[in-house]
Amino acid sequence: MADVKDITRRIAILGGLGGAGYLIAKADTLTLGASFSHVAKAVEDWTMTAQRGLLGDRLAREYSPSDISPVFKPNGTFNPGTDEYNAHAAQNFAGWRLRIYGLVNKELSLSLAELRRLPRRTQITRHDCVEGWSAIGMWTGVPLGLLLKAASLKTNARYAVLRCADNLTGEPSKGGEQSPGQYYESIDLRDAFHPQTLMAYALNGKPLDVAHGAPLRLRVERQLGYKQAKYVQSIEITDSFAGIAGGKGGYWEDRGYEWYAGI
Amino acid sequence: MASDSSPVQESRPARIRAWPARIWHDAFGRVTEAEGFYRHRAPVRLTHWINALCILFLLGSGLNIFNAHPRLYWGMTGADSEQPFFSLGAVDSATGPMGITQIGPWQFNTTGVLGWSKAMGEFQPRGWPEWVTIPGFQDLADARHWHFLFAWILVFNGLAYLAYSLWSRHLQRDIWPSGADIRAIPRSILDHIKLKHPTGDAARRYNVLQKLAYLGVTLLVILMVLTGLTMSPGFNAIFPWLLDLFGGRQSARSLHFICASLIVLFVIVHLVEVVLAGPINEVRSMLNGWYRIPKDHSGEGS
Repeated sequence: MADVKDITRRIAILGGLGGAGYLIAKADTLTLGASFSHVAKAVEDWTMTAQRGLLGDRLAREYSPSDISPVFKPNGTFNPGTDEYNAHAAQNFAGWRLRIYGLVNKELSLSLAELRRLPRRTQITRHDCVEGWSAIGMWTGVPLGLLLKAASLKTNARYAVLRCADNLTGEPSKGGEQSPGQYYESIDLRDAFHPQTLMAYALNGKPLDVAHGAPLRLRVERQLGYKQAKYVQSIEITDSFAGIAGGKGGYWEDRGYEWYAGI
Repeated sequence: MASDSSPVQESRPARIRAWPARIWHDAFGRVTEAEGFYRHRAPVRLTHWINALCILFLLGSGLNIFNAHPRLYWGMTGADSEQPFFSLGAVDSATGPMGITQIGPWQFNTTGVLGWSKAMGEFQPRGWPEWVTIPGFQDLADARHWHFLFAWILVFNGLAYLAYSLWSRHLQRDIWPSGADIRAIPRSILDHIKLKHPTGDAARRYNVLQKLAYLGVTLLVILMVLTGLTMSPGFNAIFPWLLDLFGGRQSARSLHFICASLIVLFVIVHLVEVVLAGPINEVRSMLNGWYRIPKDHSGEGS
């Protein structure tokens, strides 16, 4: 009665059920294992390939002034609070400089006043936190692509790595690993040269306040909130971010989050 | 019965179609001879179980993700300063922290389960409790990894199922309700209330409520995928009209949650029906395909 086909089928059914049962029972343990991060990375790469294939240079939606959120929720660091930062804040960031260096032919060091004199873009966009909430704000800043053109990138340039003034000690709502660390972020040149990618110095027509990243923050509108680095001090142009901090390209990336935060 | 031409049997290979009766083991191990048929073909069975696994992981990881901001809003935006229409939270009270579930203007004390519950051996503010989230501990980054892994599997599995079902006409023949089905809805409702399950020939087909439930849950899964994608800022730039279709990004997030709740409702009803209709026979038919036709005890029909 039970021929080879039947037995094969039984093995397949039992194997399948056993595998599923194992996955369900061991989900917590698997989450912490190294092979799960490899799977997660593969899924992230696949998502990025799929999204980028459809994205091209499309713009994020821009909203009208009446859509601006009455309260734009600040998150992450509310104030870097270091002596150096406090001293800058006391002088209204007059001495703050944005340094652009690395794989460039011309290093730049720009004061806020100099940045404000450059061509600017104002856009009303929606900010989506990885946690789930959203807010709409009007951002004004210099397109990052403009600054990078001025710095003249070398041919092996691939990433813009932004270093920030804040040491973040985590956000309990996110759970998972919450070790403190210097905030940083990285984007690739495709996003860096996107017309809506700004080094923003104003929110809703006013200079950025401390909670929202004064004096300068990144806006990379087709990705989640944690990519929008605040308190930006420098931009290093690199061909890789493997050697920086945890090697994953950002503060939250080093703590398990996707480098490509388009979803 | 040998010349039965019920739609589910039409295109079966001769080997299977010619098969009139078989020795069955019932729930108590008794051997009976009864008629049966090959109800679920392999692609349907395989995609069914992959889908079940996906739904389980997507629900568990989704609730862990939800816990990172356990509040739902309507419209394009929403954060701490806006009033949610649904929230899970913890508040201090004279007797210690309390878990509060808020739905519109109503608040319920759900201490120990929703809003405030024990996780990793310690009470803490937590939307959904550890025994329904994947992973059990609060971890947004890893919950997202599980969610996107199974979301992709769900999409490919769902497309494979739909393609196969359309090609084999399973969808058109077995699931899409006919005019007669629609007219039989009141009767089918009555049968369900009386817990009367079909026997004989009628057991070879899905009843109309069953067909509508399967179509409905298919639509819900499609809505899950679309509302999920509408939460993605990258996807918003690709298909901004989805934002308008669902009434905004926060509405899409809320609809994602509401559709997930409806899928849970479907799963509960589905499992109850499996138990009522004969769990061994039903589960076996979804494992190896063979379904024993329940004997007609009432004497009506053929």
